[in-house]
Amino acid sequence: MKLQTVLPGALLVLLVLAGALLSYVWTPFEVTTLDIRNKLDTPGATHWLGTDHLGRDILSMLMVGARTSIAVALVAVGIGMGVGVPLGLLAAAQRQSWVDELIMRGNDLVFAFPALLIAIMITAVFGPGAVNAIIAIGIFNIPVFARLTRGATLSLWTREFVLAARVAGKGALRISVEHLLPNITNLLIVQGTIQFSLGILAEAGLSYVGLGAQPPIPSWGRMLADSQTLITLAPHLALFPGLAIVITVLGLNLLGDGLRDWLDPRLRRER
Amino acid sequence: MLRYLVRRVVSLLATLLVASLIVFVVIEVVPGDPASYMLGMNAQPDTVAALRAELGLDQSKPARYISWLTGMLQGDFGQSYTYKTPVADMVQDRLWISLPLSLYALALSVFIAFPAGILAASRRGGVSDTAVMGFTQLGIAVPNFWFALLLVLLFAVKLGWFSAGGFAGWESGVFQAMKSLTLPAIALALPQAAILTRVMRSALLDVLGEDFMRTARAKGLSARQALLRHALRNAMIPVLTIIGLQFSFLIAGAIIIENVFFLPGLGRLIFQSIAQRDLIVVESVVMLLVFAVVMVTFLVDLAYAWVDPRLRHAHR
Repeated sequence: MKLQTVLPGALLVLLVLAGALLSYVWTPFEVTTLDIRNKLDTPGATHWLGTDHLGRDILSMLMVGARTSIAVALVAVGIGMGVGVPLGLLAAAQRQSWVDELIMRGNDLVFAFPALLIAIMITAVFGPGAVNAIIAIGIFNIPVFARLTRGATLSLWTREFVLAARVAGKGALRISVEHLLPNITNLLIVQGTIQFSLGILAEAGLSYVGLGAQPPIPSWGRMLADSQTLITLAPHLALFPGLAIVITVLGLNLLGDGLRDWLDPRLRRER
Repeated sequence: MLRYLVRRVVSLLATLLVASLIVFVVIEVVPGDPASYMLGMNAQPDTVAALRAELGLDQSKPARYISWLTGMLQGDFGQSYTYKTPVADMVQDRLWISLPLSLYALALSVFIAFPAGILAASRRGGVSDTAVMGFTQLGIAVPNFWFALLLVLLFAVKLGWFSAGGFAGWESGVFQAMKSLTLPAIALALPQAAILTRVMRSALLDVLGEDFMRTARAKGLSARQALLRHALRNAMIPVLTIIGLQFSFLIAGAIIIENVFFLPGLGRLIFQSIAQRDLIVVESVVMLLVFAVVMVTFLVDLAYAWVDPRLRHAHR
C-alpha cells in the first residue's frame, strides 16, 4: 500500500468532511447573517478568512459550501453507479446480443454530451439549481460506470467459478449479483473516488456559471463567481474557495491513486 | 477497413440523429412560449399568433423537428427569436473566437505535455519525475476557471501585461487577437496538459519495456536516442487518442472560460440565449457542439484503426 499517497489524500478528504459535518452544528458565524459594516474584511482574528462583499464570514460559507459540493458529487456518483453498474452487468451477461449493442450505443450517445451541455439543456428547461446539477453530473457518470462494469465482468464470465455457478443452476442475474459484483467492487470504489473528485470540479464549474446551487445556499463555485468583480479590491475572496476546491479534489485523487495501487496487486508490483 | 468504415459511418449518423432528437425533445419541453416572451405581458393574442406563425411555432412538433433538422443539414439553423438574425451567422461570428481558443489551448497543452512527459519517463523515479508528477496532480485538481482568475490577478491586475477580459477582434491584427486569447488559453490548457503529461509518461514507460527497445539499445543507441527515435513514435497511439478525447473537454471548458474573460464566443452566446429564452439558438449551439464532439471521436477511432489493424476486426 502506498502510504505516502493514501495518507495525505485521506487527511485532506477528512479535513473537508470534518468541516462540512461540523457546519451542521457550528459555524464561526451564521452564513445568512449580513454585516455590511464589516464587508470585505481581510483575514484576521475575528473573521479568520475575512468577509465577503455582504459582510458574510468566508470560513463559515466555505464550511457550508462543502456540504453542497459533497452532496452534489456524492449523489451524482450514486446515480452513475446505481444506473451504470446494472446496465454494465446486463450488457456483459447478454454479451454480443442486441441488448448489449443497445446499451453500448446508448453509452456512446451519452458520451457525446459533456456534463456541461447536459446541465445547459436541463437548465434551459427547468431553470438552475443544485438538483439539476446533480442530474447533469449523474447522467454523465452513467456511461463511465456502465463501460467499466461491462469491461471488467466480460472476462469474468469465462472463469471457472462462474462456470461452477452455472452448473449449480444459477441464472445470469444471480451470477451477476452474487459472483461478479463482489469481484469488481474494488474497481468500482476506485472509479467512484475519481468520479467523486470530477463531480466536485463539475459542481464548482456549474455553480460558477450560475447553473448550480442558487443563493442563499453557499457554494464554492458561486463564491468564486461573486469574487470576480471584486478581485482587485479583495483578492482573498477568490483565493479561499479555490483552495478549498483544490484541497478536496487533490485529496480525493491521491486517495483514489493510493487505493488503486493498494487494491490491485499488479500495480503494486509495477510501481 | 472498408467494412469497418461503413459500420462506423452508419453508427455515427445514427448517433447524430438520436442526439438531435434528444436535444430537440428536451428543449421543446420548455414551458412558456417564446413568442409571448418576446412580445411581453401586454401583447395582443393575435399579435402573438402572428409571431408564432412567423417563427414557425404553429406547426406540429414533428414537422418542426424535420424542418429544423433539414435546415441544419443545409447550414440553415433558423432565426434567432431575440435578434431576428440567422442563427448560422451568429454562430459563425462566435466560432471565430471559440475555435481558435480551443485550438490554442490544445497546442499549449501539447507543447507543455510532450517535453514534461518525456522528461518524467526518461528520469523515472528521479527528482524530475517526482516534480513533474507532483505538478500534474496539482494541475488536475485546480479548476480552470479559478486558475483563470489567478492569471487575471497576476498578469492583468498586478503586472498589467494582458487585459483582464474582452476580445480585441481579429480586425485589430492577429497579434492583438491572439494576445487577448492567451490567458484564457493558458487557463484552459492547464488541466489538459496535466492529464496529457501523465498519459505521455505512462505510454512511454510501457514502450520502454518492449523488446525492440532492448534491440535499439543493443545496436548502440543511447537511452536518449532510443527514446526519441523509437519509443516516442510507438507511444503516440494512446497519446493521440487522449488528445482527441480532450477536445470535448476543451469545448465544455471553453464555455466556462469564455465567461471568466468576457469573450464573446459560443459559451457566452449559450448563456445569453438561455437568459433570453432564445431556445432556437440554445438548441442549435448545443447540437453543433455535440456534432463536434461526435466527429472528433469518430476521427480518432478511424485514425486508431488505421494505425492498429487489430481494431478493425475487433467487435468494438
